[in-house]
Amino acid sequence: MIVHAKKVLILGSSALKIGEAGEFDYSGSQAIKALKEEGVETILINPNIATIQTSEHLADHIYFLPITPRFVGKVIAKEQPDGILLGFGGQTALNCGLALEKLGVLHRHGVKVLGTPIRAIRDTEDRDLFVKRLNEIGLPVPRSQVATTVEEALRVAQEVGYPVMVRIAFALGGLNSGMCRNEDQLRLLAGRALSHTSQILIEEYLQGWKEIEYEVVRDSADNCITVCNMENVDPLGIHTGESIVVAPSQTLTNGEYHMLREISIRVIRHLGIIGESNIQFALDPESEDYRIIEVNARLSRSSALASKATGYPLAFVAAKLALGYPLHQLPNSITKVTKAFFEPALDYVVVKMPRWDLKKFRRVARQIGSSMKSVGEVMGIGRTFEEALQKAVRMLDIGADGLIGNHGLERGELQRELAEPTEHRIFAVAEALRAGMSVDRIHELSHIDRWFLYKIAHVVELGERLGDLGPEPLPAPLLREAKQRGFCDLQIARLTGRDAEAVSRRRRQLGITPFVRQIDTLAGEYPAQTNYLYLSYNGIEDDADLPIDNAVILLGSGAYRIGCSVEFDWCCVNTGRTLRQLGYRTVMINCNPETVSTDYDEVDQLFFEEINLETVREIHDRVRPVGIIVSVGGQIANDLALKLHNTGIKVLGTSPQSIDKAEDRSKFSSLLDELGVGQPQWKELQTLTDAQAFAQKVGYPVLIRPSYVLSGAAMAVASNDTELSRYLKRAARVTPQHPTVISKFLEDAKEIEFDAVAKEGKIVVYAISEHIENAGVHSGDATLVFPPQRMYLETIRRIRQISKRIANALNIHGPFNIQFIAKDNDVKVIECNLRASRSFPFVSKVINQNFIEIATKIIMGHPIEVIDKRSFELSHVGVKAPVFSFARLEGADPTLGVEMSSTGEVACLGNDFNEAFLKALLSVGYRLPIRTMLLSSGPIAAKADLLDALRLFKKVGIRFYATEGTAAFLKDSGIEAETLHWPLDNRKPSAEDAIRSGQIDLVLNIPKNDQEDELTNDYIIRRAAVDYNVPLITDRQIAMRLAEALSRVGLEDLQIKSWGEYEQEHDL
Amino acid sequence: MRAEKAVQGAVGVKAVHTTTQRPQPAAEGRTRATLQLEDGTTFEGDSFGAERSVAGEVVFNTSMVGYPQTITDPSYCNQILVCAYPLIGNYGVTKPEQGLCRHFESDRIHIEGLIVTDYSTYYSHWSAQRSLSEWLISQGVPALTGIDTRALTKRLREKGTMLGVIRFGRDRIALCDPNQENLVARVSIDQPQLYAPPGRPKGRVVLVDCGVKHNIIHSLLARGVEVLRTPWDHDLQREKFDGLVISNGPGSPKMVQQTIEHIRRVLARGVPTFGICMGHQLLALAIGANTYKLKYGHRSQNQPVIDQDTNRCFVTSQNHGYAVDNATLPRHWRPWFTNLNDETSEGLRHDSAPFRSVQFHPEAAPGPVDTAFLFDEFVSMLGS
Repeated sequence: MIVHAKKVLILGSSALKIGEAGEFDYSGSQAIKALKEEGVETILINPNIATIQTSEHLADHIYFLPITPRFVGKVIAKEQPDGILLGFGGQTALNCGLALEKLGVLHRHGVKVLGTPIRAIRDTEDRDLFVKRLNEIGLPVPRSQVATTVEEALRVAQEVGYPVMVRIAFALGGLNSGMCRNEDQLRLLAGRALSHTSQILIEEYLQGWKEIEYEVVRDSADNCITVCNMENVDPLGIHTGESIVVAPSQTLTNGEYHMLREISIRVIRHLGIIGESNIQFALDPESEDYRIIEVNARLSRSSALASKATGYPLAFVAAKLALGYPLHQLPNSITKVTKAFFEPALDYVVVKMPRWDLKKFRRVARQIGSSMKSVGEVMGIGRTFEEALQKAVRMLDIGADGLIGNHGLERGELQRELAEPTEHRIFAVAEALRAGMSVDRIHELSHIDRWFLYKIAHVVELGERLGDLGPEPLPAPLLREAKQRGFCDLQIARLTGRDAEAVSRRRRQLGITPFVRQIDTLAGEYPAQTNYLYLSYNGIEDDADLPIDNAVILLGSGAYRIGCSVEFDWCCVNTGRTLRQLGYRTVMINCNPETVSTDYDEVDQLFFEEINLETVREIHDRVRPVGIIVSVGGQIANDLALKLHNTGIKVLGTSPQSIDKAEDRSKFSSLLDELGVGQPQWKELQTLTDAQAFAQKVGYPVLIRPSYVLSGAAMAVASNDTELSRYLKRAARVTPQHPTVISKFLEDAKEIEFDAVAKEGKIVVYAISEHIENAGVHSGDATLVFPPQRMYLETIRRIRQISKRIANALNIHGPFNIQFIAKDNDVKVIECNLRASRSFPFVSKVINQNFIEIATKIIMGHPIEVIDKRSFELSHVGVKAPVFSFARLEGADPTLGVEMSSTGEVACLGNDFNEAFLKALLSVGYRLPIRTMLLSSGPIAAKADLLDALRLFKKVGIRFYATEGTAAFLKDSGIEAETLHWPLDNRKPSAEDAIRSGQIDLVLNIPKNDQEDELTNDYIIRRAAVDYNVPLITDRQIAMRLAEALSRVGLEDLQIKSWGEYEQEHDL
Repeated sequence: MRAEKAVQGAVGVKAVHTTTQRPQPAAEGRTRATLQLEDGTTFEGDSFGAERSVAGEVVFNTSMVGYPQTITDPSYCNQILVCAYPLIGNYGVTKPEQGLCRHFESDRIHIEGLIVTDYSTYYSHWSAQRSLSEWLISQGVPALTGIDTRALTKRLREKGTMLGVIRFGRDRIALCDPNQENLVARVSIDQPQLYAPPGRPKGRVVLVDCGVKHNIIHSLLARGVEVLRTPWDHDLQREKFDGLVISNGPGSPKMVQQTIEHIRRVLARGVPTFGICMGHQLLALAIGANTYKLKYGHRSQNQPVIDQDTNRCFVTSQNHGYAVDNATLPRHWRPWFTNLNDETSEGLRHDSAPFRSVQFHPEAAPGPVDTAFLFDEFVSMLGS
């Protein structure tokens, strides 16, 4: 019974956010590939322009539009698809699908939901229904009850008994779920959760239970398998997205493993799921008692991880199953010798670790728990647990070289860190063992299974044996043992008081090098033609045929983090595709399981490995490539350029010396001086006194930043001496090996991005995009417009000229990006990166010139087609807007500053700026119409600046609420506003109450000072907006542009046009 | 939970001492030994079992869980087992059992030797009372860790199952081919034994013990039938029973001609018959079909099979080195299940009579329990 769908709509997951990240680009891309293979015409809606799935080679029709019932409904009406896939775009797609079904849109247009039927989706999403369905087959869920009001929640909690767990329905990443020990905590959490959703679940709290997951696949003929099981190292209570996860499970017996496996299959059959799903269990660590926690009837973060952990292409198979194929008729596309109906056997262990970026947020709660806060993840593969774990630790790129032997890692008090974990817990475990705390005691505090603790103890013990060594040459047996347990050369060097290069040399002299192992899904049982590789010191032979002729190694982006995510994956995938077209064999090195670049069919050989000097060198020695490309994977790869070059490795593209010249602030500054190009005054920091003297000279405010950073880690703006000294202390701790720099901070200036590709120092293509916000908002958090709408021609001309000079001076040969600041046609260079930038996919897609493809051809010395400059004259506008995940980051102050804090972005096209801008805002969660607005704060000047915007808002019929000062100011200016009290005044009606009660559609709060750390009225208002899901504007320029857009364009004016249609109009 | 006794002179570490733990023995603290294959390849590892040189047939298994069940499966008699999954010993071993076992498939370890990549010196599980190492030592079974079992698996895959020896020091030990022996006779019971189900029996099943896994007995008892477990060569003509089950067992099926003859006679009586694993091969031989030795067998928990009648697929647990040749099936017999990976025989059935057999293990243990319903089907045929 194959479904004869001719045209299928796929919903993406929109911007990357905490709880919903790159994994859905991966699953959506696989789904599109699977459908295309069947000759199905595909339509994709996803405003996330940096994704691979929205590339021209994948879906037939791509809409950069919000994933909301309104827009999706309009696309359906226009395209008339006969099927829709809801399971490949995370919770966003699933929720939208449920809404469309409820509204009757799918029925009205005869669109069939392919794969898991709506009923089954609803049964898994609605907790009450879910529990009922499981009760039908007598399977236990945690004791619980649904509550729709805070009072009801309190009553249920009495019955269930404290502590209780609060869960919310229709959530992603466990938003606002949490454990409550008493009534007060419950009242607070329930209140907040119920503002996002209509019902919450209060359930028994199963402290210390193991958390186990299975990935289950079922076809329409009822054949059902579990592809992978996974065990969380962290016990229940820590969200699986926040947990260290191993696959396969390590502490389960055959009885437990297969009991849970059988139950998984029974549940999935009973629910009637067709395709892929994930089921989570709580397992008592002292018996075989268990509870079923939840089922996700869709591809998930766990399924992406399971795909990468096993090599089984879950999303690809799920898409085929949605078309009605039975599992046994599908080939296993990895092995090509077996069928999709089988369960992978692993002969290695994988360890997934989450990557957090909590340092970037002011006031954020550092504890990890049942709500997700991590922004990315990595996966280490090894043939011992220790090897996989230590690899994963390094892959995080947080400055740790392994579990032990690190310098300057932060950590709190040990007992507390173990019992109330933060992102540093795993290091605390190692440290506690080193300090003599017993495994039993650590288990008591952390509830981490002793098996994992014993393994960590082994690492600690080995570290001590290394530390006991004298100055004699490193003994081969111990060195080998350390390598087999995942120690890197640098770590061994630290522990033994040696130089890293000396350790490497000794190791290589002794012939201790890693072996190349294959992931074949069958543990070697059949000869499989797989190209999925990793390195291990636990072995005696290679599995792969190396070296590879005519190969190019590509370095990926590593863990997604703030400032580096799917956009670099897009660059990597496009580089790989172009290289293949040019006839090269591609070898990818990356370690992030949520990427498309690590998909088995994107490259010729995939090394799922660390991206650092030691590992890249080992791989390079085996592959013996033509060269290595470092300029498309973001900053980690870029930082390796000079180091690789110095070991004799051929770096392709712009020379490593030039890269260094652009990265090193002094060298770059001298270059700008030579070229006569303006730059903000700056100085390398020696002492505080020097810094203050400099600041006095150039005048506050000043910007403080360390060199060699992406996304402005530890950057800050200081407006006086006190602030300066405070920030300096903070900055100095982050990267002690690099100097910190302070520079003059220009206010009320414009920031401009220049993305380009050059060939032998001459610019071949370029795109200039403009920030809507004024300088001071990190470029990653800024709203970008391309082509620029509000820039002087003279500014553009100067930017072009300066860029030309820089490209020439650095002899740039590949992609690059320059950031400019401009004020009254005075143009200065802020920074220059000789690599692809975050905005490459955005400009490439808006202009329909693939910058990466061009760059790759140039890097490889292949001819490029002459680019028709007329294509730069666009008849449409693209607007890229950031998405923040403040709602998940409890306590974080949702303001914009020089530190980047957005987790993702969208971009939309329109025939003019206003249309594209409104679409982009709607894609990031703004809702129209806006009827009421809360205005608060800002110095008088800022208030005055806002007046024009406010008059426009008034004109479109928005009613104002305002805090006292602002209300008074408005009144003086002839604008009516209802006065609300400041939250800290404790008087009714307060601004906070108004937000909480849903009276406010939009909050406009311009911070007085974006660096403040104190609990202020402004902070409470901003935080309330985030916590109660009310759109928040903190930037004056954005307010102004929104007011203009609303006064000129209505919701009905937003056109439903595909990317292809915009391109066509452009070509006419 | 508890750390095991140190195997060989453990090296002390100050950091992790408590009353319930012991330090991790350093690799160099263990005795080295070698595994040598008949093609001359040698692998060196650290001993964590009994220090005894042994010879056997070297086979690999790709299971990720279930080492206590696997190594007590009598079908592994005289085999040196290679675990492709690298981490073994993680959850220790439950307390010893006598008679009909729950956590083991027989009351002793049947493998000749064990080869792993990374033995877990420390184990952790609520049900564990000893380490795998302690258990192996107590039963005199050698075991080596630190061996690249993927490389070994690939070699066995490419060259086929090989004979081999685990050698300590300069021990002289010759290769020996277990398939030239009647291994079934070594692992079967001596006297018939009757097991009663809870409640009134629904009928009596004779279970021919060719080296039966205990969970086959449990699976039958759980369905309310009385089980008469007989020695492999027991004369069934004198027994009264409602159904016949032929168990799994080690070695070549052609070595047990007496059992084949007994089965032939039972079939003539029309008694419902169900063969499992070797029982499948013996049934095939009894009806005149042929069996052959697979290059390297099926030993894992992820073997996919398809029911030829319904197209339903199942994941099964398997452990066999021989297979039935479907091309030799006589009239009125047809393939029932087929392996999706290599299309070998996974079961056969008679067109009209209640005679069936499967190559895989519906009793699981270790492995997936997807095909347990076959016991229901079999029991429902009794007396019909």
